[in-house]
This record gives sequence, structure tokens and C-alpha cells, in this order.
Amino acid sequence: MRSFLEVLLLAALIIIISPMLGGYIYLVHRGEKVFLTPVLGWLERLIYRLGGISPQKEMRWGTYAGAVLVFNLTGLVVFYLVERLQGVLPLNPQHLPAMHPLLALNTAVSFVTNTNWQAYSPEQTMSYLTEMLAPTVQNFLSAASGLAVAIALIRGLTRREAGTVGNFWVDLVRSVVYILLPFSLALAVLLVSQGVIQNFSPYLTVHTLEGVRQTLAMGPAASQEAIKEFGTNGGGIFNANSAHPFENPTPLTNFIEMLAMLAIPAALVHTFGRMARNTRQGWAVFFAMLILFLAGAAGAITAEQAGNPLFTRLGVNQTASGLQAGGNMEGKEVRFGPAGSALFAETTSAAACGAVDSMHDSFTPLGGMVPLLNIALGEVIFGGVGAGLYGMLTFVLLAVFIAGLMVGRTPEYLGKKVESREIKMAMLAVLVMPVLILTLTALAVVCGPGLAGIANKGPHGLSEIMYAYASAAGNNGSAFEGLNAAAPFYLITTALAMLLGRFLPIIAVLAIAGSMVEKVPVPPGPGTFPTDGPLFVGLLVGVILIVGALTFFPALVLGPVAEHLLMTGGKLF
Amino acid sequence: MARKETVSFQDPALARRALADAFRKLNPRWMWHSPVMFVVEVVAALTTLIFLQHLFSGSFGALSFDGQIALWLWFTVLFANFSEAMAEGRGRAQAAALRQTRTETTAKLLPDGQTVPVTVPATQLRKGDVVLVEAGDVIPGDGEVVEGIASVDESSITGESAPVIRESGGDRSAVTGGTRVLSDSIKVRITADPGNTFLDHMIRLVEGASRQKTPNELALFILLAGLTIIFLLVVMTLEPLGLYSGTTVSPVTMAALLVCLIPTTIGGLLPAIGIAGMNRLVQHNVLAKSGRAVEAAGDVDVLLLDKTGTITMGNRVATAFIPVGGASEEELAGRAQLASLSDETPEGRSVVVLAKKYGFRERDFGSEEVRFIPFSANTRMSGIDLGERQIRKGAAGAIIRMVQEQGGEVPAELVQKVREIADAGGTPLVVAENKSVYGVIYLKDVVKGGITERFARMRAMGIKTVMITGDNPLTARAIAREAGVDDFLAEATPEAKMERIKNEQSEGKMVAMTGDGTNDAPALAQADVGVAMNSGTAAAKEAGNMVDLDSNPTKLIEIVEVGKQLLMTRGSLTTFSIANDVAKYFAILPAMFTISFPQLQALNIMGLSTPQSAILSAVIFNALIIIALIPLALKGVGYRPAGAAGILRRNLFLYGLGGLLVPFIGIKLLDRLVVWLHLV
Repeated sequence: MRSFLEVLLLAALIIIISPMLGGYIYLVHRGEKVFLTPVLGWLERLIYRLGGISPQKEMRWGTYAGAVLVFNLTGLVVFYLVERLQGVLPLNPQHLPAMHPLLALNTAVSFVTNTNWQAYSPEQTMSYLTEMLAPTVQNFLSAASGLAVAIALIRGLTRREAGTVGNFWVDLVRSVVYILLPFSLALAVLLVSQGVIQNFSPYLTVHTLEGVRQTLAMGPAASQEAIKEFGTNGGGIFNANSAHPFENPTPLTNFIEMLAMLAIPAALVHTFGRMARNTRQGWAVFFAMLILFLAGAAGAITAEQAGNPLFTRLGVNQTASGLQAGGNMEGKEVRFGPAGSALFAETTSAAACGAVDSMHDSFTPLGGMVPLLNIALGEVIFGGVGAGLYGMLTFVLLAVFIAGLMVGRTPEYLGKKVESREIKMAMLAVLVMPVLILTLTALAVVCGPGLAGIANKGPHGLSEIMYAYASAAGNNGSAFEGLNAAAPFYLITTALAMLLGRFLPIIAVLAIAGSMVEKVPVPPGPGTFPTDGPLFVGLLVGVILIVGALTFFPALVLGPVAEHLLMTGGKLF
Repeated sequence: MARKETVSFQDPALARRALADAFRKLNPRWMWHSPVMFVVEVVAALTTLIFLQHLFSGSFGALSFDGQIALWLWFTVLFANFSEAMAEGRGRAQAAALRQTRTETTAKLLPDGQTVPVTVPATQLRKGDVVLVEAGDVIPGDGEVVEGIASVDESSITGESAPVIRESGGDRSAVTGGTRVLSDSIKVRITADPGNTFLDHMIRLVEGASRQKTPNELALFILLAGLTIIFLLVVMTLEPLGLYSGTTVSPVTMAALLVCLIPTTIGGLLPAIGIAGMNRLVQHNVLAKSGRAVEAAGDVDVLLLDKTGTITMGNRVATAFIPVGGASEEELAGRAQLASLSDETPEGRSVVVLAKKYGFRERDFGSEEVRFIPFSANTRMSGIDLGERQIRKGAAGAIIRMVQEQGGEVPAELVQKVREIADAGGTPLVVAENKSVYGVIYLKDVVKGGITERFARMRAMGIKTVMITGDNPLTARAIAREAGVDDFLAEATPEAKMERIKNEQSEGKMVAMTGDGTNDAPALAQADVGVAMNSGTAAAKEAGNMVDLDSNPTKLIEIVEVGKQLLMTRGSLTTFSIANDVAKYFAILPAMFTISFPQLQALNIMGLSTPQSAILSAVIFNALIIIALIPLALKGVGYRPAGAAGILRRNLFLYGLGGLLVPFIGIKLLDRLVVWLHLV
């Protein structure tokens, strides 16, 4: 029971904090005065002046989508150049050479798409300057891009007979200046207080108690860590990510990091409710997300806390007690234990963050299936910054469509009719994930380079490959590990999955915004089906589970489910 | 009448024809219009090829199983085709009944400006031609009476045996081809080319020949296509995943899984649902120009109705005599009758009828000098002069002025009584003789019986009713309250009517409107659903997108129900179809992979006998469920006016949960049967 207390505390805090932060984001994106306006208003105006942006000029959806693509492509090029040129640039005390071109490309794509899939080992390949100019900058900009797209979609759904969905540059600047920057700064200071390091020192060489020499990598960890969680990026400054004591030293920081991951995705749902002028609409979506989140947390914690049944048969005591955390401790940090690690895995996979404080590869088959399923469902259980909400809203449109037909009316959401154009785009957005995950996994398991990359054979190997592509396509970025992600085959295919998995849904979602924004909302009548009640929450959860389950059932059966059944039969992989 | 009888589902001749059509529809060019079933057909063909290859190569091992799967895949396609053919067959039967009204007939064409008719076949008539129709003739085509008046027997289209009057000018000028003139003769200008009449549109719709996808159908079509793509992908990637896991999945098994997963139930029944919706509309005696209009009817938020002839009987009726100034009711009644004797308006006649209750019947004026004073807009009164007696009835102001001019006394209570009647929505007519006022006749709009119940039902369906009337707001409000409409538009002009429709539409509402007059035509065209009365003018019928043959303005209730049922049936069967997949996975996946992972037998929660029996039962279930649901597709999901949430809860329970559970039971039973019959 104690293992679930942390879950309940996390859920309670999210329920309390998200409406407040959501209201703040709402004000920021309406361009209204917030408490930070006196402090940061000059920065916003300065950027507009330097960039030649006229904040009043709004864009139609096509222009908006174009701006998103151009901006992110530029970011990609800059990122790549910095990686390739780091050898001749300053702030490189370890004298690290230029990154390998393919690895550099994969890494650039990974950060621009808010995935933060790390095929590279940061402390061995990236200079401090690169860390600060490339990943850290993109941690802000990719999160802000996602947030902007979500805001544009909300405008599309809630505006009345308009043509434009906002100005991308304004949405981007406001997201960075008023939301991501100040909160990350505060978070970084909080993390430093708990022992997270923040320096530019050369790596330390220390003598350990065992009498061996060990190199300790250093770096500006706290600043990176804050935006890594808050922007649902997930790319750590150390290869061990949040399992590393310099990134995540205590159970308290572990909890704070989980909270930070969920903060914006959960808050945006309320921003949506505020902009729809009906906060209950936001709560309905929120509770659909929370139910799926809690179900996943319960599943993962139960599986991990139960441990490996084969050990129990050998007489090993795996129950939690005052003296031990119990459960499956392989690949986990002692300071977090199975429950804390499982909850972190649930959070990072649900929120499309990708930070890890334990090795998912070492989870029990069913415990490891939970994060895999979270990602495969489309990263809509809170999901990434912006991406989670717009992904969820495409599912909402599908649920509304089915429900609308069943009550005998042309389906409508927030009073606007959902017609074939929106269904086409929503279907496209929903199709992207299955297509990428299934085809790339199928390709990898039958070709030599794909098979060469996995560490374990059998169903576990299948899970490793499938997790990699799910993580890439879903822009999560966490790794199951056990896969040689730096092999050219995986560098190319995961980069492809990340790019398509990010930008195809963005285009589809903006197209939906563009067509919905022109519609006239009908005031609700007795014949309209309410989308802010428990019935709709249930329907939405059902649609997500059914679509996800039907799509991935065979693959999951051959992966984690088969592994679990084989394990209970005594066979391990 | 013939058309109202529902064509029986069990009719053997119909089923035979549908069966033949089911095979005819196997033509891939025809199948292409339903991508889901097209995929099934392709898969069935491939499976058959594999089967034949096994047959000829002599490897009989998998023969019987492969053959049976192929057979059932073909059955799946045929059953879907059969459902469509069945709906079309029923439509054809109805169309035949509709066509009977257009039996080959000849027309007496009047060439331009001539008076001597030329006899030509009715099929040669073109729009604009003028024909002469005399007593006993069948009217050769849809048109408008341009000259004359006649009684017409329209029972062939409405089923109503009493003849109706059709005359030139006014709102009763439209005639329908196939109806018969009983008396007199009329000249009719043909308003539609042959093959292009409302009837022709409807015949094509019920036969399914000119079916275009409605907007919602199109959106559903995209959803189903998307699901089909997902499942194609799932099954195609299963082979590499299987290879990796050490299992070679046979192509026939993959074909079986694919067909079980893609939404064949809804994909197969979709055309039948659409055609059957049209059929139901015809059963209600409504003709629609397009399926789109019927679907829009399900979304109607606001209904505009004319007061006169729709909500009220059409004429004001005298309901009470209210004496003033010490006169008795009898004195008033007698004078009122006298003043109305020459008044041939319905109001005047109703005064005479009411006076009968006071014992005043025929009058014998004897030798008295009688002069009838007809109503004029100038004097705003009518009456009779009997010698010295000047008896008048008329508008209160006019009568009061007349009495005062003659130096008479106007009782104080008169003004109050008059106002009371007006406040109650009635029309007061004051009766006076020479310089004394006797009282007031209370004329009232009588609301049609049963109309309040109809409006209550519309309210339960979520439709707001708006009454349109030329009356003043006071009268309008009183009648609106009595009839139970939600809102009214008083002192309405055609412009005000248009304005109202546009206003509602600008709020995103779907507006329905019923009308019959030529001045209704622009509003009928502007409304999202315009239902023209068959008794109305050709212009009205042309402007609307539906015609009600019974000319019943509240028929919209039935039209809305048909529209809603259409969508509900599609939505419910889609949910059912998708929910079915869960059980099918549990049947087929363990069967596929138990060879490489015997432990996966744990997923065989239905306890199916063998892998082959499991796969075969799932495929058989998938095919049979289409047949089992044909009656539902044709009849439509039941609709009761209720809140949207209630309807959703009920349908989710029935078709969502039902769809989840039914296949578990069905596949289990079929598995038993398959084993018992030693099919595998």
C-alpha cells in the first residue's frame, strides 16, 4: 500500500497545480498581463522588434504550419552545425572532436522533435558549449513549438467563424519567455538546493574506496535537468539520465522531476477548458488522462513490486519491509526502489518525456509493457508539452464522431460540426504512430542490421526493438536499452520515425484547426451530446484503449505477453 | 394503399432476386465503392487461388481447412452484397408502386396559342408545355394549373380517397402526374421534364441507383477506410513478427485474421442502411430529393411552421356571444345572425352556425325591404338593412364610430370586453343596431386537435418550434401558448420569414420549414430542410428538398426520426463492429502462435478446441453476423425522443458492450458446432 501513497500524492498535486498553471498559460496566450509581465515584458517586445514580428498579425493554418516547419528545420540545421563544429569551438575542456555525421543528424532530429532520443553518450561526445547551444536551446524551442501548435488547435476549436489561428512567432516567444524560461530557472535553483550539480569544471578524477581511479563527468546539470523535465524533453546531460545522482540525487528530486514532467501537459488541458469558456470540458479531458495514468501506474508498480516469480520459487524474499524495498531491483537505484522507479517510468512514458531513473529493459515483462503501451497509445496520457493535448484532441474528435452518430446527430464538438475533413485529418494523425511503429519494427526483426542491434533474443528482443520505434515515433525519447541505438540502421530509422512522428500529426492537427476555426458553433440543445460529463470521459478512455489495443495486440502478445507467460513457465530472456 | 405496406423481409421472390443480385455485385468494379468489402473480395480471391494451388499440387493436408476459409470469405462478401440487394429490392418494390402512378398515358398538348389539342404520349412532354386535362383524364405530368378549376382524385399518390380542388392562381395550383381529374377541365403547364420529376428523383433514391454519399456517410467511410489500413498493416507486419518469433504464419490464416479485423459488419451493411432509410421515408409518404436532405433532417434544431392551416384550422370560428349594455344573449345572437346572413366568409358562416344554438334558424323576411350590406375594407363592417333597422357587425372602432355618429351611447363595458377578447388572442366583432350596441362576437382561431402532443414530441426531440403568422403579437402569443409552440413570429412578412431563417442559421442552427405557397418558396429554399406540401404550388415544391404527399406539416417529426435513425444505425453498427474485434483476437492469435509459444494457450480464454476450429469459427461468425444484422440495418435502430446522453448510454450498452460479449459466445458455440460436424 505504501508504494501507492506516492502515486496518490502525485495525482493530488497535479489536480491542484494544473488548473492554476493552466489559467496562467491561458492569460499568457491571450496576451494579458501576468505577474511576470513587468519583469519580462521588455524581453518579449525586444524579440518582436529584433525579429520584425508584428504581434497583431495573425496567420491562417497553412502559414502557421509553414512557420512551424521552417523554424524547426532551421533549428535542425543549426543544431547539426554546432555538433559538427564543436572541435573548433570554445568551452570544450575535454577536447571532444566533431560528432559522427549520422549520429549528429540523429541527435539533431531527436532534440528538434522534442524526442531527446539519445543514441550518443553525452559526457563522451558533447562539449559544454554544444550542450548549451544545441540540446538546451532546443529543449526550450521544441517544447515551445509543441505548445504553440496546441494553442493554435484550441483557438481553432473555440473561435467563432474566424479565419486565423494565431501567430506562431508570438505563441512561440510567449511560451518561452513567460512559461518555460522563468519556471525552469526556479526549478533549477530548487534542484541545485537538493544537490544537483551546475558547473563548467573539467571532469574530476577521483580515487574510489576500492582504490581505483574513476573519472567523474561534470557539467551544467541543474539548468539542463529543469527544462528536460518541464519541457518533457528527457535528454540528460549524463548517459545514465535521471538515474545519475548528479541529475537526480534524492527521492525528493525524483518526485519533483515527475511533477515537472506532468505540469505543463496537465495544465494545458485546463488552458483548453478556459479558452472553450467551459472549464468542465477541460476537466473531462483531464480525467480521461488521469484514469489512464493511474491505471498504468497501478499496473507498473504492481508488476515491479511483485518481482520475479522465479526468485520467489528459489526462496528469495521479495516483499517490501522496513529493511528492503523488495520487488524487482534489477536496473534500479536503491534510493528510488521498485515503486518509485515504476512510477517514474509510468510518468516519463505517459508524459512523452523520456527521462529515466531506472532501466526499463530490466523491468518484469508486464512492468515493461506498461511504458511501452503508454507510448504506443499515442502519447496522449498527458503526453508531451502541447503534443499530448493535440494528440488527445484528435482522439476526442474520433470519440465525438462515434458518439454523435450513435445519438442520431451530425457529430459536433464544442458546438462545431465534425465533418469528413476533420475525420480525415484526425485519422491521419492517429495512423502515423501505428504505421511507423509496426512497419519499422517488422523491418528491423527480419533484416540483418536490425537483428544485430539487439542484446536479447526472443520476445524480449522484440520488446526492445518495438520500444525503440515507439519511443521515436511518439517523440518520447526514453530507451528500453539493450539496443545498439548508435548502429547506422537504427540511427537512420529512428530519425525517420522521430521526424514523421512529430511533423505529420502537427500538420494534420493544424489543418483541423484551420477547418474548425471557420465554423459557427451551435449552442448546446437537448439533442446535443454533452462532452463534459463522466459518460464522455468513459467513452474517450474506451476509444483510446480499443484503438491502441486492437492495433498493438498482436505485437504485444509476441513481445511482453509471451515473455511473461514464458517466464512463469521458467524460461527467461 | 399499396405503397404503405412494408415489403416483407421474408418475401421469397424478393430474397431470390436479391440472392442473384448478390452474385452479380461481385464484379470488382461494383465492389470498389465499398473499400472494406473490396478488400475482403481480394483476400477471398487470393485465398481461393492458394486453395486451388494446393488442390492441383496434390498437397491435401491443408486442403479442407483452406477451402472452407475461402468459402466463408466469399460468403462474407456475398452476405454483404445480399443485404444491399435486399434493401434495393424493397426499394424497387416501392418504386414500382410509385411508378404505377405514372402509367403510360397520353396528353392533350396545346401548341402555343392554339386551342385545339394534339394528342401526344406523356413521355414527350417538356417543361413549359401546356396541356388540357378534362374530366376522367389522367394528368400527364407534374405541373401547375394555369387556367380553370377542377376536382382531382389524388388517391394514387396520397391514399386519400376524398377528391381535392385544384385551381389556377393561389396556393392550390400544383398537380401531380398520375392523378385523375374528376370534374371540369383545367389547363396545366408542365413544370418538369420526364425523368426529372420529384417522383423520378425518389424512385432513383429508393432503388439506390443515384445514391451519393451523404456528408456523415463520407466521414464514416473515411474512418472505416482508416481502420482498414491499420488492420492491413497489423496483419502484414504479423508475418515478419511471426518469423522472428519462429512461426511461419500461413497466408490463409492471415487472410482470415484480416477479414475478421477490418470492419466488415458495418462496411457490408452501410449501403443497405442508407437505402433502407429512404424506404422508410417513402413509407411515411414523403419524397426527398437527396439523401443529404434526409440526413440533415436528423440535425434540425428549429422548425418554422405557418400558423394558418397548420396549427389552427385556418379560419376563425365564432365561439361565444358576449352581450353588453343590458342586452340578452338571445338578442345579441339574433342580430349577429341577421348581420351575417349574407356574409359568405367562413367567419360569417360560423356566426350563423353558432346562432343556431340559440334557436335562430331560417328567416322569413316577408314583405320587409331587405338590403344586404357587404363587407368593405373602407367601412370595415357588414350587415343588413331591414326597413328602418340597420344591423351591423364589424371591427370595434368602426362600429363605435357609427353608433356615436348617430348619437348613440356606447356602454362602458364594451371597450373592456373587446380588449379582453383581443388579449386572449381572439377577434372581437361588435354588433349594433342603429344607435345601440348589443354586444361582441368572440371569433377564435381553433387549434387543430392533437397538435400540442406533436409539438411536445418535437420538444422532446430537441427541436424548437416557431409559429409564423400575420397576426398581431398579442393574438400570436395567445395562440402560440394554446398550441404549445416554443416561439412565434408575429406580423410576419416573407422578408421577416427569410430574416428569421438566416438569423437562426447564423447561430449555426439547422432550420426546417414547411410551406405550400409561392411566397414560401424563397424561405423553403433557404431552409436546410424545406418540406413542401404536395397540395402547394409548383414553385414551393421546386424550392423545397422534400415533398409530403399527405400535406401534413407536422410530418417533420417522422422525417426527423428517419434521419436520426439513419445516423444511429450507422454509429451503433460501427461500434458493434469494432468491439467484435476483441473476441476475434482472442480466438485467432493463440491459434496462430501456440506452435512457437505453447504458453500462449493461456490467451485462449474461450477454450476453443483446436487452432483450426478457432480460426474457422471466427471467420464463420464474422460472416453470419452480417446476415443476422440485416433486419436491424433495414429497420433501423430504435429511436425514442430522449436526451442525447440517455440515447448514447443505451446504445453504448447495447452495441458497445453487446459487441464485446456477443462474439465470445458466438465463436464458442460455432467452435463446438465445427468440431461436432468434424469440419476440421
